[in-house]
Amino acid sequence: MSKIHVTTTVNGDPVEFLADPRETLLDCLRDHLGLTGSKEGCGTGDCGACSVTLDDRLVCSCLVLGVEAEGRRVDTIEGMADADGLHPLQRKFIEHAALQCGFCTPGLLVAAKALLVQNPDPTEEEVRYGLAGNLCRCTGYDKIVRAVMDAAAEMRQEAA
Amino acid sequence: MSVAKPLPHDAARLHVTGAARYVDDIPAPAGALHLAFGLSEIAAGRITAIDLDAVRKAPGVVGVWEASDLPSDCDCSPSNHDEPLLSGHRIRYLGQPVFLVAATSHLAARRAARLGKLDYQSRDAILSVDEAMEADSRFEDGPRIWEKGDAGEAIDGAPHAIEGVIEIGGQEHFYLEGQAALALPQEGGDMVVHASTQHPTEIQHKVAHALGLPMHGVRVETRRMGGGFGGKESQGNALAIACAVVARATGRPAKMRYDRDDDFTITGKRHDFRIEYRAGFDDDGRLAGVEFVHLCRCGWAQDLSLPVADRAMLHADNAYHLPAIRIESHRLKTNTQSATAFRGFGGPQGMLGIERVIDHVAHALGRDPLEVRRVNYYAGETVAGAEGGAAPRRPAVAPPGSISGKMKEPGQDLASRGGAEGPSDAGAPAVPAGVQTTPYGQVVEDFILHEMTDRLVERSDYAARRRAVAAWNAANPVLKRGIALTPVKFGISFTLTHLNQAGALVHVYQDGSIHLNHGGTEMGQGLFQKVAQVAAAEFGVAPEMIRITATDTGKVPNTSATAASSGSDLNGMAAQAACVTIRERMAEHLARLHQDEARDVRFAEGQVHVGGNRLSFAEAAALCYEGRVSLSATGFYKTPKLKWDRIRGQGRPFFYFAYGAACSEVVIDTLTGENRILATHILHDCGASLNPAIDRGQVEGGFVQGAGWLTTEELVWDGDGRLRTHAPSTYKIPACSDRPDIFEVDLWDGRNREETIYRSKAVGEPPFMLGMSVFFALQHAVSACGPGWPDLQAPATPEAVLAAVRRARDGV
Repeated sequence: MSKIHVTTTVNGDPVEFLADPRETLLDCLRDHLGLTGSKEGCGTGDCGACSVTLDDRLVCSCLVLGVEAEGRRVDTIEGMADADGLHPLQRKFIEHAALQCGFCTPGLLVAAKALLVQNPDPTEEEVRYGLAGNLCRCTGYDKIVRAVMDAAAEMRQEAA
Repeated sequence: MSVAKPLPHDAARLHVTGAARYVDDIPAPAGALHLAFGLSEIAAGRITAIDLDAVRKAPGVVGVWEASDLPSDCDCSPSNHDEPLLSGHRIRYLGQPVFLVAATSHLAARRAARLGKLDYQSRDAILSVDEAMEADSRFEDGPRIWEKGDAGEAIDGAPHAIEGVIEIGGQEHFYLEGQAALALPQEGGDMVVHASTQHPTEIQHKVAHALGLPMHGVRVETRRMGGGFGGKESQGNALAIACAVVARATGRPAKMRYDRDDDFTITGKRHDFRIEYRAGFDDDGRLAGVEFVHLCRCGWAQDLSLPVADRAMLHADNAYHLPAIRIESHRLKTNTQSATAFRGFGGPQGMLGIERVIDHVAHALGRDPLEVRRVNYYAGETVAGAEGGAAPRRPAVAPPGSISGKMKEPGQDLASRGGAEGPSDAGAPAVPAGVQTTPYGQVVEDFILHEMTDRLVERSDYAARRRAVAAWNAANPVLKRGIALTPVKFGISFTLTHLNQAGALVHVYQDGSIHLNHGGTEMGQGLFQKVAQVAAAEFGVAPEMIRITATDTGKVPNTSATAASSGSDLNGMAAQAACVTIRERMAEHLARLHQDEARDVRFAEGQVHVGGNRLSFAEAAALCYEGRVSLSATGFYKTPKLKWDRIRGQGRPFFYFAYGAACSEVVIDTLTGENRILATHILHDCGASLNPAIDRGQVEGGFVQGAGWLTTEELVWDGDGRLRTHAPSTYKIPACSDRPDIFEVDLWDGRNREETIYRSKAVGEPPFMLGMSVFFALQHAVSACGPGWPDLQAPATPEAVLAAVRRARDGV
């Protein structure tokens, strides 16, 4: 099958790649752009390990075709920390020990960031339901919820 | 001192930035091939014709292998040499790999693997334990039976008796990172393998065997896994062997990872059990005798099933002193995935059996199950020497001569838990009169559950909440609540005694930086961080001075699996030994330079104090290097005190026990069976914790995983033996929204009475069984619906809860 030329923006940088039209965005990120922070946990959109945002909308990149990224903006875990250092969510995940094997962590962070953009002051229950699409097999979620609540509080303070 | 501090996971920064590399993230060299298996579509029978033309012609395909094309049988078994990599003509389960495809991309390989045309001649598959018992399809020559006293007589002579059956479902590991391996061919036919495995030595051994190489021809490296939970103790063998075979045949690197559906379909899971029980007891619920029959579904190959079933028997007592007990264990061979290690390794199933008995006894007597639990607890911790001068009693049975001195067969899998018996030096230890022993003769000398239960009862406000639950249930006809507090006593050590050994390798460089390596693998449990903290404490330096490096069979040989919760116990001690060796060499040299005594040289806070001077650790290292002192050492550890004869079921298989207790409250909807956990309080014993943040993570995660096993996680096979729950769409592990509203976890503040690393205790598996509190809280809620015995089965899905509600209502 002939490949399609895709021009898109990933973490603020313009990028181009050639994609088999059947390839998922996840595979394009990992195999063509070397961005392996997004993980495949199930390939069916049920586990959230491949979460990225596409024009600020949270998506499972295993359910999006690479060619659909044409002309759009993709943000992945690799773009979360900036020159000033880690994003508050990343710092709080470390502080609260909200990770163990780390495989679900990139997806959870991307999903949590998207959640806080929509709702900067969530209740604990809103965090729990907001992240219910991201499976973690190690932590039991408690520390993840705490880390997100704590990060949200800090981000509100910074914004104020 | 760096131990006992809640420091973050060593790779935390890599994890949160997406920079942590798992096997599939390692950049594959140019020309790498990607592999996929073609799978059997029937559970039992023969392949009569196989046509792989379409597979070979598919785009991107470079090679296709059937069993007859392999360089050897490429056995993948960790125990019994009964798992050929590819099936050949005989099919033993639905999902068994039949052929292997190598292609230029992962997707191309998977697409091609679907194009094989296989004709079968099916025969009736043995799928259930009933079918297996009927056909006498089993591993070992008959059931394993362990006895203490005469249980039948004790039950018949007791004032009351109950009997019942509980079905206990299996569990899929659902490590977020699926199985993966990458083989890189080297000069001279050697092979390097990167594998997502808990057991690099096993991978090395199996790959070497498949390729006909000595073990030194294969080096296996594992930096980290995206979760293991036992599912990567033996189940990664097939991928590593397949990659090595293709790499050898083509001279190209080869990589394989299972897609999630394939992972579910191919790999083994937790053993499901049926436990039949009979128990005799008095008016207080004190057990006089218990009989168990374990029917354990092992699947098509032996794998680790024998030690798993043994460990189920070893936990048939949980926290209770049983004067008389008989356990009969059937290890049944079925045409399903080969069940394997999973956190707890049979312990949870065995424990659920006795907890079920306790609950049944309480129901029969109309008592609070917690009272019955406490009446039956082992006696409290013994003070050393408190037994006085009582004459030691030796067990009456002599060890059968057929076990000891058995010759090893060549190629035998010595490093696996499924491996054959070591020499039997075990007899039951001498037992002073009046001391309580487990059903297998081990003296229980560290029992702290009385105090732990007291504290948890107080912390969770159990008594008042149990009354509140009763008041709620009296007032509400539809939603019913339940509460339960359950204990855990879990034995720590590999039951195959010779596996309780570990090695470490430590280098101090001339700039004072330290390179640490040991045989344990990192799967998220924080082992690397804990062991690094041990090393930092021994050298008196900050943990940042230690570089923790990937597990590598070329650095530390002959390792055991990172399993049985033993990771930090074994590797922490081995690393400590290596550090002490180097530190003593350094102290001796520095003392000589400074006219001091070696024993007075002190390593603390990044400095070395010697002869009234203070040197930085880096200066000390440089001086030692210039003084031609060896700054590299290996360390070795073997767990003391163990003696175990698994055939007779007698001895001391465990160095010590780890304890915990959990109290959970739930609510059920009696019209639909839907249910939720409302609150959980946990008190868990990690001894003197090496890292409280990491240990707490293990406790929380273990509890949630255990609760998932007994509630939402249901494996369903259809009548043809096809696993119908093969992805997260149909198999539900707990999600963030399932976390209880109130979730309070405390660590018990105590030291291990045995000499473990800084008196800590193992923490990987024991908390898993805290999830039982949820199951028994559900049973309590169901009991509120009527007088009948609810007979709740596991997992307690809404369907199972609803059926139990009906049984309670219909009452007997």
